[in-house]
Parts: sequence; structure tokens; C-alpha cells
Amino acid sequence: MGNNLDAITTIFTEFYYWVTVVFMFLIHVGFCVYEVGASRRRNHMHTLMKNTMLIPLVTVTFFFFGWWIYWAFPNGPFIYKGLGLDFAAGAGNAPWSETMATNLSDRITGVFWAAFLLFSWTAASIVSGAVMERIRSGAFWIHAVLIGSVFWIIDASWGWHYDGWMVKLLGYHDAYASGVIHAIAGGYALGVLVVLGPRIGKFAMDGTPRDIPPHNPWFVTIGLFLIYTGFWGFYAACNVPLISPEGIGGQITGETWTATNIYLAPTSLGAITLNFLMSLSGGLMMAYIVSKGDAFWTYSGGLAGIITASAGNDLYHPIQAMLIGGVGAYCAYKLHFWVEKRFKIDDAVGAVAVHGYAGFIGLVIAGFVLWGAPSSPYEGYVAVNPLGQFLGAIIMFFVLGFLPAFIVSKILHGAGLLRIPPLVELEGLDYEEQHEYELALKEVMEAESASVGK
Amino acid sequence: MSTIGYSSWAVDLAEVGAIYPFQGSEVVMTIVAVVLWLAWHVVEIRGENAQLERLSDKSRVTDDDRRRSIERY
Repeated sequence: MGNNLDAITTIFTEFYYWVTVVFMFLIHVGFCVYEVGASRRRNHMHTLMKNTMLIPLVTVTFFFFGWWIYWAFPNGPFIYKGLGLDFAAGAGNAPWSETMATNLSDRITGVFWAAFLLFSWTAASIVSGAVMERIRSGAFWIHAVLIGSVFWIIDASWGWHYDGWMVKLLGYHDAYASGVIHAIAGGYALGVLVVLGPRIGKFAMDGTPRDIPPHNPWFVTIGLFLIYTGFWGFYAACNVPLISPEGIGGQITGETWTATNIYLAPTSLGAITLNFLMSLSGGLMMAYIVSKGDAFWTYSGGLAGIITASAGNDLYHPIQAMLIGGVGAYCAYKLHFWVEKRFKIDDAVGAVAVHGYAGFIGLVIAGFVLWGAPSSPYEGYVAVNPLGQFLGAIIMFFVLGFLPAFIVSKILHGAGLLRIPPLVELEGLDYEEQHEYELALKEVMEAESASVGK
Repeated sequence: MSTIGYSSWAVDLAEVGAIYPFQGSEVVMTIVAVVLWLAWHVVEIRGENAQLERLSDKSRVTDDDRRRSIERY
């Protein structure tokens, strides 16, 4: 920090990301509340712990190798210009780097790492809800590490980095992560679900799906409200808050400092606030109508609305964001039930639809609506276009989401580590805890009763 | 002598970088932490295997117990 302006900019940026991290914590609180509400009573403590323990596991692995991947992989391996690995950029973000620790000469790496980490938790948490009540916790935690600290961060390095090959060669544009978080996590959840199979009783003998209602619908809605709240932090965290044209070093002329998206292309918090709220509203309105006022799907539709518009919410007009949000909510709702019935996929919370299909569709729509817009402030990058966005959506949903999840699930299934035994599924994962709870209750009530009148 | 490399703050902060203890041992700390992480998964999966084996024993509970669990929802 050479002078006071540098100092203020640095400390403002540090504080900015720190605040986004605190906000984003609410996403995880929301996912936990939501998932516990959606599970049945006999599973809810295991469901809670499954989602909670991904926090430390993804955190430590994101420290060990996730963050290094982001900085080392924008052009590789073996994708663009030979090996394509940037070891120099990776070095400052490796777990043994001095800047990945208490260091007065670098105040940004820690908070920037944390902002990305909270995205990692979200990616893993999206998968968590879909597979609940029959996946083994140990298997889920292996998947959580893979989606949270390997696959999503590879896609971020490729398509959510100012130097990513997808941005340069495809014109990929995904400012608030329709694809890099939501499509990949939805695809990953689908890959696990195909191997994992449905919960006992989900489908009738003739294949007709049955509804398995949440044990606490209020928790589900409060959880989704909390996710909305955390989403604000997520949006802000996707921006660079303040940077000069000189700091960007691209084609922007003049001396006007600006906020930028992750590609260092200009945007503003005002723009994304308008578009966040309008896409949420479009999603809610459409989902209320299409689901005939079903609370679960109305809330989920709000989320699908934001997710669908997110790819282009740095540039859209608010009314475009609203309409795109509505389209996403409609498609997510219809596709969820069609896939459920046609392929017998038991997605317990509709995560594949709300995140995966909505994210995918959002990327494709952005390709048309933003056709020809610059994907980057740097020279030589392909402009945003429909084909690039479609290929990007395929890479996110299938190549980095569905495929690795399917392969790893097959391996875990082969080792007998993927799914809990049917007897345990019927009795519930909390059977032992419940039994101990009832015994303790009986014991203490007997002791209290015995003391009455003494 | 100080584990963090500074025994006084009478310094120009522009020239201060890392201030955590035992600088130079980062690689060793990383190896230890990675081993602990992997060991956690091994211990967890072993514990889960044992628990699921115990719970899968058909003679442990009656069908009535199972029905009661299902009725708890």
C-alpha cells in the first residue's frame, strides 16, 4: 500500500469481500434448515450433519488444492497453448505460500479465497439435498470434496476467470454463475442420483411417482428465504468492487474507476441489485401460477428465476431479467416432473431442476440476449454468442458435473459405500439416536416421578 | 527471539510480510494436515460401516419396531 488512496482501496476491498462471506454463510444456514425440513423425522439429524460436515471438509481441501487449481488451470491442462498450467499464478495460492496466511503485505488473498470457498460450500450443498435420506454420509462427503474443491473450481478457472480459455475461445459469459455453480451442481446431483436410485416407496409398482412430503414445510420455506438472503452476498462477491482502468490493463480508456464482474468487465452493484430482484420476482410469479400456488415450488421458482438470469445479470435490463427469470422457473418446474416420471429420478428437493436445468437454460438464453457483447475488456477475446454459451452449458452440466459424479458414484457403489441398507432406510438413519433419546427421557422422567412427594 | 520473526513492532509496516509462527515449515504443516484429512475419511467410513452393519442386523428389532419408526415419519 504505497499511499493513502491505495490503502483505502485495499482495505475497502478486503472489508467488501469479508462482508460477502458473512452474508453467504446464510446460504448454508438456509440449505441446512431447508434440508432438515424436507427430510422425514427419522432422518433429520443425519441430514443436518451430512450438510454441516461438508463445511470443514470442503474448507480444508479448498485450502489444500482448490484455490491452487483456480489460479493454475485457466488454460489447462492441455487445452490452450501446450500444458496450459500457470504455475507462477498457482504458486502464490498454494497451501504453503506465505500469502495464504497471516501476512501484512497481502490483505486480499484471504478474503478472496473465502468468497470462493463459500461458493464451494454452495455447490456441494446443492447436491446434498437431492440425495438425502438414502446416501451414506461418507459417500456424500467424498462427493462434496470433489464438487466443492475440484470440479466446480476447474470450471471457474476455465469459464469464470479473466484469463479462462472458455472466455477467450468461446466468448463464455456467466457473470453470476448460472453455469459455474448451478448447472454444474445440478448436473453433478443428477449423476449421483442415476446411480443412487430412488428412496423406498417413491415410485408405485406401475412407476407413478409418489410425493414424499417434508416433515416441516415451514422450515423449508424459512430455509429458502435464508438462501435468498445469502444470495445477495453471493452476487456482491462475484464483483470486483473498485478498480482503475490501469489496474485492469485492458482496452478501457480514461481514468474512471469502476466495479467489474469476475472477467474485469465493467458493471455496478446498482445494476445487479435491480436485476436480482426482478429475476427473483419473475421466478416467483411464474412458479406461483405454474405450480398453482404450491409454496415449495413457488419459493424454488424464485430461486430458479435468479439462477436463470444470473449469467447475464450484469448487463440485462431489469425487465429482461424478470422475463428470463419467469422462463427459467417454468422450465425448471415442468422439467422436474417430466424427468421424475420418465426416468424415475428421485430428486428429493428439485435441486437438479432449480439449479441444473435453470442454470443450463440461463446460459443458453444469455448467448442470444447478449450476442456480440464483449466477453472481456481484453483484446482478442471472442464476443458472447449462442454457440459458445451452449457449449459452455454442456461443459458445465455434463462434462464437469454429470460425468464425474456418475463415474465416482459407480466406483462407490461397486465398493458398497454409496447407499445405506434398506432396513436402515426404513427405520431411519436416526434410529440409534432416537432410541437413546427415548431411553434417556424415560430414565429422567422415572427419576423425577420418584422424587415427587419426598 | 520470537516465533513470528518479530520481537517488537518498531518497524515500517511497508516492509512487513508474513507474521505467523514457524515460517519455513509450511510444506511440513501441509503434509501433516493432508494426512489428517485423509485419515478423517478412513476413520469416518470405518465407523459408518460398523454402525450400518449393526443396524442391518434383522434380529435386532421386531417388525413392530420398524413399523413404529416408519409411523414416526
